Amino acid sequence: MELTILWYLIPSLLMFCCGVYGFITRKNMIAMLISLELMLNAVDINFVVFNRFLFPGELEGMFFTLFAIALAAAETALAIAIIINVFRVSEKIDVDDVTKMKF
Amino acid sequence: MDYSQFLAMKQEIALLVVFLLVFLYDTFMPRKALGATSAVTTTLFLLFTVWSFIWGGVAGNVDAFAGMYVTSPVCAMIKNILNIGVLIVLVQATSWVNSDFQKVRRGEYYELLLVTLFGMYLMISARHFLLFLIGLESASLPLAAMVAFDKNRYESHEAAVKYLMTAVFSSAIFMMGLSFVYGLSGSLYFEDIAMQLGSQSNTMLVVALAFVISGIGFKLSLVPFHLWTADVYQGAPTPVTSYLSVISKGAAAFAFLVILVQAFGQFYSEVWEWMLYALIIATITVGNLFAIRQKNMKRFLAFSSISQAGYIMLGIVGCNEMGLAAMMYYILVYIFSNLAAFGVIGAIENKTGKVEMTDYNGLSKTNPWLSFSMTLAMFSLAGIPPFAGFFSKFFIFTSAINQGSIAIYILVLIALINTIISLYYYLLVVKAMYISPEEPQIEKFRSTCTERVSLWVTVLGIILLGIVSFFYDSIFNAASLSNLFGFIA
Repeated sequence: MELTILWYLIPSLLMFCCGVYGFITRKNMIAMLISLELMLNAVDINFVVFNRFLFPGELEGMFFTLFAIALAAAETALAIAIIINVFRVSEKIDVDDVTKMKF
Repeated sequence: MDYSQFLAMKQEIALLVVFLLVFLYDTFMPRKALGATSAVTTTLFLLFTVWSFIWGGVAGNVDAFAGMYVTSPVCAMIKNILNIGVLIVLVQATSWVNSDFQKVRRGEYYELLLVTLFGMYLMISARHFLLFLIGLESASLPLAAMVAFDKNRYESHEAAVKYLMTAVFSSAIFMMGLSFVYGLSGSLYFEDIAMQLGSQSNTMLVVALAFVISGIGFKLSLVPFHLWTADVYQGAPTPVTSYLSVISKGAAAFAFLVILVQAFGQFYSEVWEWMLYALIIATITVGNLFAIRQKNMKRFLAFSSISQAGYIMLGIVGCNEMGLAAMMYYILVYIFSNLAAFGVIGAIENKTGKVEMTDYNGLSKTNPWLSFSMTLAMFSLAGIPPFAGFFSKFFIFTSAINQGSIAIYILVLIALINTIISLYYYLLVVKAMYISPEEPQIEKFRSTCTERVSLWVTVLGIILLGIVSFFYDSIFNAASLSNLFGFIA
């Protein structure tokens, strides 16, 4: 059995949708952060797969993935730092508890 | 490799030098000298702004790194406009940054601010999606740290969480759209994408464009991606809010235009023209209607800035040089009007800590000059004739109507009706300050020297920008030299 491009694209799309679903439904901020990571990693898979199957002579998608991984790491580090700050102030990290400002 | 192409990035490199000097000063000077950090940064940035006006420009289109980076008169012009805004923000922030709670961290405020400005420069000049993404992230991640700057206030942290979560979520969606575009075209250069995609749209391209537009729509706080805006504007410290509301919005709007017309220009009438129409109508209307019911001044200006973003988008749908010039002029005027309003709010908040609209009742009796500046800012934001806001709205409507279809007439009509609605809530503030019979809530006080300087500059800008035609002329000249609109179909 040959592995075509769909064998990679469908799992990555599923991963992305799981990430969106998790981001919307989870209450814990760390769990939301994990969902965001799922979405970003799905993007990375997409780029690598498109590069490998459709444009095998180039490396642009691979490079983009490398940079995207670094950006995702930076985002996570900053998010964790801010969540720790919230925890220090309010002792809670559920999104239901950070609702002081609402319309 | 030809290292002389770095010279094309001279504005970025000069900004980097300013950043490094501020960073070194903050790190290595003895503690006694740190009180002068604000003065040093502002002076350095003033020198940089003047340098960039006189020697920062280029004669024609110059590209570097195989076309990844492009600078042109119009790019240099929008960077200069942002520089003016940042300079005013720096002057405004001085007394807040040097207050007792913040002064241990004052260097960080300036460093983070200069880094985000560097990211916006990259966004403006990028002609490759990788460079654009790096610019976008280095513009939005340090901003999240700036929103969380006020360590003693809980709201600041809450706002930072909301900002960062939505920013990362939107950039994930944006990158997903990019991966589709890459799969379709095999390149990330804007021009190569336009070349490879051909003129035939398909479902995957429509999905990719929707993802890309919604990703940037989050940064610009277009409705329906605006839900973070009011909370972040309210929670963030006022000098950060003013920076967030004018500078990052202006840079994102320009970059949005470049992406749409350079990479996806040939799908203008087929795909994204209609997406933009829907976004603009929703943005202006919802922003206006929600602004009416706000009681907090910063939330009120947040919704007002949402609807202003809708007007800025009107410059994109025209898709011609005039629209580009009108958009840049609108950004310039918007910088001055909004910073005047935030200057007054910041001065009052620093002195008394009051930000509710009811606190402004009878302000004209105790602080006539502050009320006067606020009134001018509100008139300019609403677009009342002698002030600059009227001319910017006039140019942006004219440029949109020049495109000529029935749909755009309806769009501009809706925008005009919304201008009248916006007059109501802008005048609510003026009414509170001048007509309200209640006793003044805020005693008479004298604002600090830097705050007064920034207010003078912004008020002068509001009065002069519209009347002195030199400003619009030079912007229009720069815009007409740009060959951005070659792919439009």
